[in-house]
Amino acid sequence: MTNTASHSDKNFFSADGKGTSVFRLFRNRFLTGLCIALSLLTLVPLFSIVILVIQNGFPLLSANLFTQLPPAPGMDGGGFGNAILGTLVMVGISLVFSVPLGILAAIFVNEYAPVSWLASAVRFVAKLLTGIPSIICGVFAFAAVVMTTHKFSALAGGIALAILILPTILLTAEQALLGVPYAFREASFGVGATPFQTIWRIVLPEAMPAIMTGVMLAVARAAGETAPVLFTALFSQNWIKGIMEPTASLSVLIYNFASLPYAYHIKLAWSASLVLVALVTLSNILAQVIFAPKHR
Amino acid sequence: MGGNISTTGPSRPVTQEYRPRPDFFRIACLLASILTITLLAFIVGEILFKAWPAISKFGLGFITGIQWSPNREVFGVLPVLIGTAASSFLALLLALPLGLAIALFLSEDFLPPAIRQVIRFVVELLAAIPSVVYGLWGIFVVIPLVQKYGAVIAAKFGFIPFLAGPAYGNSLLTASLVLALMVLPTITAISRSSLVAVPYALREGSYALGATRWETILSVIIPTAAPGIVASGILAFGRAMGETMAVAMLIGNSQRLSWSLLSPSNTLSALLANQFAEADGIQVSALMYAAALLVMLTLGVNIAGEAVLRRTQKATAGLR
Repeated sequence: MTNTASHSDKNFFSADGKGTSVFRLFRNRFLTGLCIALSLLTLVPLFSIVILVIQNGFPLLSANLFTQLPPAPGMDGGGFGNAILGTLVMVGISLVFSVPLGILAAIFVNEYAPVSWLASAVRFVAKLLTGIPSIICGVFAFAAVVMTTHKFSALAGGIALAILILPTILLTAEQALLGVPYAFREASFGVGATPFQTIWRIVLPEAMPAIMTGVMLAVARAAGETAPVLFTALFSQNWIKGIMEPTASLSVLIYNFASLPYAYHIKLAWSASLVLVALVTLSNILAQVIFAPKHR
Repeated sequence: MGGNISTTGPSRPVTQEYRPRPDFFRIACLLASILTITLLAFIVGEILFKAWPAISKFGLGFITGIQWSPNREVFGVLPVLIGTAASSFLALLLALPLGLAIALFLSEDFLPPAIRQVIRFVVELLAAIPSVVYGLWGIFVVIPLVQKYGAVIAAKFGFIPFLAGPAYGNSLLTASLVLALMVLPTITAISRSSLVAVPYALREGSYALGATRWETILSVIIPTAAPGIVASGILAFGRAMGETMAVAMLIGNSQRLSWSLLSPSNTLSALLANQFAEADGIQVSALMYAAALLVMLTLGVNIAGEAVLRRTQKATAGLR
């Protein structure tokens, strides 16, 4: 199979059946059919997920879901307004940490010292950070924040999410900066601009749409993640009052309610899934829309 | 701006020389870079530091121990390690052929581009669905399916240790099935890019020798792209090991050793997800120890995958 030459020399014209053109054509058609069938097979689970989320999540969907608090176990009614707010707050906190850090590091890697060992180290570490399981971000935030402050908090959850999305932001920002034509920088230096002026006034504005794409992708990722906030922000039945308190999030709400024996809570979990999937898809679509190349 | 700079005289005293000031922006960027690098070390260090009481108390017995009972302060993760490896391996076994088929489908022109675009969009959508939603779906779709057919399989093939009954819905098999779906986008994306990177001249050469499309695919394209496909498998394996929520919701969280795919099991990440919030004392240390093991395993797998990928890119760079 791996050696075409000997295969063709020996078998193509022999009469053992394997080399006949009928067999070869049949095998060709069969494998094509198999390949297409396997590819279409992946549509089945996806359709199943999407249809079930819409089917089970839609009936409860109303304004109350977004404005009310989750019901007590066994009770009906209520919504998950606090969880939506909690998710948004924690994603916001994570952006506050990771966006400046990621973009500044990307600027260093691509603008100031693209071929230094430090730049290779940053790229390598960013690659490794993408491979770290999301729950490890949670474990780290638990060790560094929760065990120090002796409190589950939105801050701890936000920091865990920040570590999770830092590599996404850094690597997409680097690609964005790489996409700015070198002539722009040469022109800027040519009229006497300093490196800072060149980066701040010429390179960054040009790369901004692509950088924002990365940020929106990171938002989508952070909003959907459960593991980092599971035991850092924990959960709360009430509205968020400050960032140093246990905070509800949509994803943890789904996890908690999915295993409860109450029909209404399970319905709420499906509705929360619908809202979460909509939120994540919206961020992903926004990411694609913002990145509209100007020069093409 | 001004066209008559020379005639109107200098706008600032001639005596003031240009003195370069430190570029503070550069320093900020440098600091951000250093912080990013130290972050990884900080994460590993912090986890090892908090795990130290357990590491010094249990030593390697933690890895070989088969008991996990917090109230007796006995901690061993061997069944969990086996569960992690088994579920990830099984997921890879299911996802690799499927992912490769989709990658081929997307890189070859079997069907018109519009249909390929749809499949590509679908696979990307699979990657965007949150883990916890997979878990919820698994509870209401995959668990009943495995329960129903698992009992039939266990009754017929129960003599094989891997398929022995009793069949549970919350089982290794359930978790692996959902994991396979979740790592599919990783395999497809990386395999596809390595298939597309195969130089077109190689295809043309093969077709010119009279090979059919699939003879070309099997004997020229796949062998050339093989390292990239292997790398996609390794990286997907790392993904599967670290995947938490869906597994925690589906695998049954049992620390009992069992050969059967149809019985409950546990993984490192699911163990962390289930026990961290309520743990205290030495149990927190033990969980940190387990987290440290998970970090080491996933880092090792990812470094291996990246190394294979990088070698592939270097090897094919000359051919393009």
